[in-house]
Amino acid sequence: MSSRRPNQLFRNKSAKIAAIPMIVAALFVFVGGTIWTIVYSFTKSGLLPRLQWVGLDQYERLWATRKWLISIENLAIYGFCMLVLVFVIGFILAALIDQKIRFEDTIRTVILYPYALSFVVTGLVWQWMLNPEFGIQKVVRGWGWESFTFDPLYNSDIAIYGVLIAGLWQGSGLVMVLMLAGLRGIDQDVWKASRVDGIPAWKAYIFIIIPMMRPVFITTLVIVVTGIVKIYDLIIAQTGGGPGISTEVPAKYVYDMMFQANNLGQGFAASTMMLVTVALVVIPWAILEFGGSKRHD
Amino acid sequence: MIVKLTTKLLTATAIVAATSASAGDLEVMHWWTSGGESAAVSELAKAFDATGNTWVDAAIAGGESARSVMVSRLIGGDPMGAFQFNHGRQAEELIEAGLLRDITDIAEAEGWKDIINPPSLLDACTVDGRIYCAPVNIHSWQWIWLSHKAYADAGLDVPADWDEFVAAAPMLEKAGKLPLAMGQQGWQQSGLFNVLFAALVPNEVFLSVYDDKDAEVATGADVGRVFAAAADARAMASGSNVQNWNDATNLVITGQAGGQIMGDWAQGEFAVAGQVAGTDYSCLPGLGVTELLSTGGDAFYFPVLSDEAEIAAQSELAALMLRPATQVAFNLAKGSLPVRGDIDLSTANDCMQKGLALLADGALLPDTNQLVTPDTAEQISTLFVEFFADPSITVEDAQARFANIIAIAE
Repeated sequence: MSSRRPNQLFRNKSAKIAAIPMIVAALFVFVGGTIWTIVYSFTKSGLLPRLQWVGLDQYERLWATRKWLISIENLAIYGFCMLVLVFVIGFILAALIDQKIRFEDTIRTVILYPYALSFVVTGLVWQWMLNPEFGIQKVVRGWGWESFTFDPLYNSDIAIYGVLIAGLWQGSGLVMVLMLAGLRGIDQDVWKASRVDGIPAWKAYIFIIIPMMRPVFITTLVIVVTGIVKIYDLIIAQTGGGPGISTEVPAKYVYDMMFQANNLGQGFAASTMMLVTVALVVIPWAILEFGGSKRHD
Repeated sequence: MIVKLTTKLLTATAIVAATSASAGDLEVMHWWTSGGESAAVSELAKAFDATGNTWVDAAIAGGESARSVMVSRLIGGDPMGAFQFNHGRQAEELIEAGLLRDITDIAEAEGWKDIINPPSLLDACTVDGRIYCAPVNIHSWQWIWLSHKAYADAGLDVPADWDEFVAAAPMLEKAGKLPLAMGQQGWQQSGLFNVLFAALVPNEVFLSVYDDKDAEVATGADVGRVFAAAADARAMASGSNVQNWNDATNLVITGQAGGQIMGDWAQGEFAVAGQVAGTDYSCLPGLGVTELLSTGGDAFYFPVLSDEAEIAAQSELAALMLRPATQVAFNLAKGSLPVRGDIDLSTANDCMQKGLALLADGALLPDTNQLVTPDTAEQISTLFVEFFADPSITVEDAQARFANIIAIAE
């Protein structure tokens, strides 16, 4: 084997040289930084990192902290609802636009536009929209429905759904555009064949078109999931974690610990847990996705 | 929020401007952004500019965000010329890491040891016998500010202590007033709790919880009474949905709210609004129950720099801050007490005179910032953010969680 292809390492030399900066960055910045963070999460680092071992103390404290547990719960609620709803809404919008409607460009732009706004702007806009004194509630009451109440951001139990509304408003457009691209990539003959067979349109979407769009779905999934895990700025702009601590999220916990409580060790422990959570999702998926395709080659 | 963002943008511009500053220019970072505070800081800047140097102002709204910017700039090797901090345990590690300049020589030349009163202020700046900061004022948290207009509108007398204040609350509510104004931020909420703590129970209890970290005392009946009072405060402040402390103070100034528990820096806001102590508003140190003050305060720290001109400017600023003229001008504007007992403050108003008298009597407590680490302070603050936002958290539950925090505190 090796005698037939002795220069495996040196093939495509220029491509490999071009990739060196990225490889170095990935190794030192990402891998190195990750290992450093994990190591220091077992120390008693305060304002500055220092190697004073405390074993699993930081993790024990982390999992005994209400703020962290609420953060995890919020991320789970937000993540699950966001994932399901953004796909449903995005796909339905794409399917509707794909019906060769008029003014398609205009409608597409309008729906995609929120994605061009930063999370800070999105958060502020929805903070005002959901404010009972001059937002949606006030408008509906102005129409005569005096008892109408809609103030999710002021109710600890449902505040995270107020954030979800903003997240959906911002993210649906992108999913729609990606899905639309996927739909346009479907050969028209598939549609013709399904019509000849007398299959209703909704059945054709679910059983034929969606399975054919698997690569688009996977790309979209990765984009949406990374957006969910790193959610921070939307919370800061919209609720600041309130009311109380009802909309705290893990990334905010890490920031608060590292930069306000001057407790790096605790912040590192929390970010390590975030990494573990992501790894638990990504590794099985990567094995399925890439491990599987290798066998087919 | 918009105001906050604007200030942040302005700050960013200030930082950019500062990096291009020439020698003799000193970038000074602080979080004094409310009306009274910026009036006070401009007194410092004026005095500094008069020495031929230039004060490059870098204000960042909000103590919490300001502190994180300061610390990350120091650690990142991009030190500013001088910065404001609450002295105490916040700077401990920065000093250990050798990031802050030892100003013992200036302190000795200026004779700080003899003039600073109470001496505990200088102790808070001292680590291993060396001095690292210049205290500029004494701030005490233990005040309640009462609006005469609000009580007059409700047909009531202005309360003389906390119990009367609580008793008057239902009548105020009936008159459409908010009994207690409180900003929805963790430091204000935990600060209010600490004021109740200092005022309503004996000093020994306060010290054994915060200084000795005795969790058993923290679960006891005395602390239980403090939590019961905090629950009263929660009920009275339930309609208060402002964020910033000065917005809450403004509710008191305009007579929309009966009172606010806030440190003596609130006085600067009353002064800016042209209100007179004793006729437009009243102040009760120690909530009128136990008259005492905690001697926290602000201090300036000076990072280690390499530029000679900037080092000279630092020395000049440090010495200047404690000179009598600066102390008088600065503290009158800010509503805080001067750090030296030998200057004439007869022009100070009613409330400041009360504070000066307590200072002279030595009715003093250490500030919580000098007793607990930022880590513990953050945990306590999170507890009260939750406690004040959610009326379903019982007094017992909150007290048990408070005792847990004290148990693991260092």
